[in-house]
Amino acid sequence: MDSLKIASAGKSGATVRSDCRIEIELTGDKVVKVELVSKVEALYGENITAQLNELTKFFNLTGAVIRIEDFGALPYTIAARFEAAFKILFPSEKKEFLPEMPEKNKYSTAKDKMRRSRLYLPGNEPKFFVNAGLHRPDGIILDLEDSVAPAEKYAAAFLVRNTLRTVDFYGAERMVRINQLPRGLDDLEFIVPHNIHVILIPKCESPDDVVKVEAKVNEIKKKRKVEGNTFFMPIIESAKGVLKAYEIASASGNICSLAIGLEDYTADLGTQRTLEGKESFFARSMVVNAARAAGVQPIDTVFSDVSDMEGLTQSVIEAKSLGFEGKGCIHPRQIDPIHKAFAPAPEEIEKAKKIVNAYNEAERRGLGVVALGSKMIDAPVVKRAQRTIRLAVLNGLMKEEEIA
Amino acid sequence: MKLIMNAAGRMVPDEVNGIKSVPFRGVNGYKPEAKKASPPVRSCVDYPMDGNKVLPDLKEALIKAGIKDGMTISTHHHLRNGDAVTNQLFDIIHELGIKGIRWFPSASFPCHEHLIKYLEDGTIHHIEGSMNGPLGRFTSYGKMSGLGVLRSHGGRYQSVQDGEVHIDIAVIAAPTADPFGNANGVNGNAACGPLGFALADSEYADRVIVVTDNLVPFPCYPWHIQGNNVDFVVKVDTLGDASKIVSGTTEVTKSPDRLLIAEYVAQFIEDAGLMKDGFSFQAGAGGTNLAFVLYLKERMKAKNVKARFVRGGSTKYLVQLLEEGLTDYILDGQTFDLDGVRSMRENPRHINTSPFTSYNFHGKGNFASIVDVAVLGATEVDVNFNANVVSHSDGLLLHGIGGWQNCLYSKCTVLAIPSFRDRIPVIVDDVMTLCAPGELIDVIITERGIAVNPKRTDLLEALKGSSLPVKDIKEIKDEVEQICGGKPIPPKRDLTQPVAVIKWVDGTILDSVFKVL
Repeated sequence: MDSLKIASAGKSGATVRSDCRIEIELTGDKVVKVELVSKVEALYGENITAQLNELTKFFNLTGAVIRIEDFGALPYTIAARFEAAFKILFPSEKKEFLPEMPEKNKYSTAKDKMRRSRLYLPGNEPKFFVNAGLHRPDGIILDLEDSVAPAEKYAAAFLVRNTLRTVDFYGAERMVRINQLPRGLDDLEFIVPHNIHVILIPKCESPDDVVKVEAKVNEIKKKRKVEGNTFFMPIIESAKGVLKAYEIASASGNICSLAIGLEDYTADLGTQRTLEGKESFFARSMVVNAARAAGVQPIDTVFSDVSDMEGLTQSVIEAKSLGFEGKGCIHPRQIDPIHKAFAPAPEEIEKAKKIVNAYNEAERRGLGVVALGSKMIDAPVVKRAQRTIRLAVLNGLMKEEEIA
Repeated sequence: MKLIMNAAGRMVPDEVNGIKSVPFRGVNGYKPEAKKASPPVRSCVDYPMDGNKVLPDLKEALIKAGIKDGMTISTHHHLRNGDAVTNQLFDIIHELGIKGIRWFPSASFPCHEHLIKYLEDGTIHHIEGSMNGPLGRFTSYGKMSGLGVLRSHGGRYQSVQDGEVHIDIAVIAAPTADPFGNANGVNGNAACGPLGFALADSEYADRVIVVTDNLVPFPCYPWHIQGNNVDFVVKVDTLGDASKIVSGTTEVTKSPDRLLIAEYVAQFIEDAGLMKDGFSFQAGAGGTNLAFVLYLKERMKAKNVKARFVRGGSTKYLVQLLEEGLTDYILDGQTFDLDGVRSMRENPRHINTSPFTSYNFHGKGNFASIVDVAVLGATEVDVNFNANVVSHSDGLLLHGIGGWQNCLYSKCTVLAIPSFRDRIPVIVDDVMTLCAPGELIDVIITERGIAVNPKRTDLLEALKGSSLPVKDIKEIKDEVEQICGGKPIPPKRDLTQPVAVIKWVDGTILDSVFKVL
């Protein structure tokens, strides 16, 4: 066994907000000493000390100095930083300190839920978490992959776990992007038991990646008696992935969407991303086709220039015309323009209303065939019209009651 | 001195720095009845016939003005954090060995940290104005000899007019002046916009000294300050750091949460039916404030609505409204950026206003109550809509009141605030320091929801059917406490020892600031 004497987790420094750095040093004597420096010491100093004592007791830590530099970290962050530092010292410790999960965080999702916008949040930046849901994205992704520095990945997993349990996402779908396999398989222990809705599998190049993730997910669910659906969104980010897109999209019945990530894809092609996007046209069309063929949602890449709202809107309109149903975002201000750009036009809504009303009428009458005037309507057209109606309602363009 | 409970249920001292005080008696509950204060009669024959009142330096001017121990010296804050004149002024007063000055600024800034040594050595006895940043800290720990007095801009004018404060010597830093003492703030290297905060000082002080770094031949026009009120003029090399007097640009916040609040504000103004042709609003310079103006502008354009007037603190965003024809006028009390200064200089519809014209309690009417919507900030708000703008939850004085209290008289007062900052709740059970009685606050807009004062049933009615997240203020408070991990522990204070008092706009004492231990 490694005899590390000192370990730390979290961040400190002049620009740090809503985080803390906790260092645990093993001293060998019997007592535990807490050294606290906090921006909110006057108001929450006693509270923080009490929390550290509770954690110390939970993990039976004796003979240590706990040094905490706090910059207004919320309790779930403090707990995550403590546990990460503790487990660097005691890697064989199996106990987890799980903050209470309020009922309001136990909502479920559906395979065909709208996924127009998904907001990426760096998994080791607690300051972004608490308010993210207020901006009403369709989904929030706690990212363990590219936005987390390698040295922070261990601590990030604890933070993401505690965030899933504690933070209210206000109805947004609860997503995590795990690390590229095989490391990503280790991330699953931290997320599967905590009402994860969608797991994003990055740099997916073969159906086998999905199969491996699903097998591990099922194993954890069984072991920890977790109920509810867990869906997968593989992300295609390489030339090989593009060519295998259909096989990947149909690797499991729990795949809800297939996404494309263009930063890595264009690098893999040996070219650069342009605004015009000719270099990725093939890949994007492949992903749309593969997703549709497999019956899952095609989801477009992120738009990375947060200051260019006009460019964002154009890029969503283009994505929509290619057949995509969703777009990634890296800043909350991108959510609204994305929703607006995916919103149906008035004439689309009118047409959809007629189709859905005709369909509902046929259902009520027990007719097997849906007709609008003299024209027969096929099932995919009805489905599309229903989606248009949902989009219109979500964008406040019509009321649900307008459908008979 | 003993502490008594006022009409707001707050413990306040019955005398302040040896002068008997009137405890708050409720909104509109107190009107002093007497003649207005007046300065001594002067005659033009006592002044140079050629109109040249220039003296070699500020020291000689102070001596000629008869400076002595215990006097009240006033300054204004239009030079903001770039002000070098006030610091020089007190260097000279110290050098002259004068003690026990009551400093009466219209506001203080972090650059005035320089004055702490003069508070320590007795040159300055206490401050009546605002105690920002380092001075606030100094005061909060009980280190100032006298009791601090915090007033609103309107309240400062009130205190001068009804004789509560008599200014012995006013020192007015002016970006441009002529030898007769006519002065303005829109020309020169240190151009800062209007000089309205020095108006009362120029009219009511025993002696008035204008200090400028840009002396021009008579006449200096516009004359924000009239030379007929001025005793002496002093030319100095510089008034201070121009880059800190006005920032070249004022920037909209980039914080997505603040932008969300700003969006809610704009939507509220439209959904509540307040945005209609000929309406008016007040906007300040905070990042959230600038942003709501941009969102409101989009809504005004979309609905083809034009405002009659907008009240600033002006910025380039208000100037754009004016120049694009979306408002007929800007009524400007202070100018925050260079676009604002330019506009005031060039555009006759960008009007210079003072606390007298804007919101003086002893005026025959009040502009502030004509304004349809005022959007303000706050450091804390409680579940009864009482608000604090001077201290944080840790009890330390940090900000002045500014025009904030005066603006509360608008037809609809909106506080646009985050529900918590880091781990510090902003929506609380009871504010640390009471600066605004809750009856004057109509709406609280946070990123977690919008709370309407229950007495505004008209607004609640108007918002039915709006997509805004309208909530009970207690619901927002509970959520914030849950996020922050429980209620904060009140900071340790000595509740027998006030260090400063908060004045209401009528001159009564609304609350005390107690010594932080």
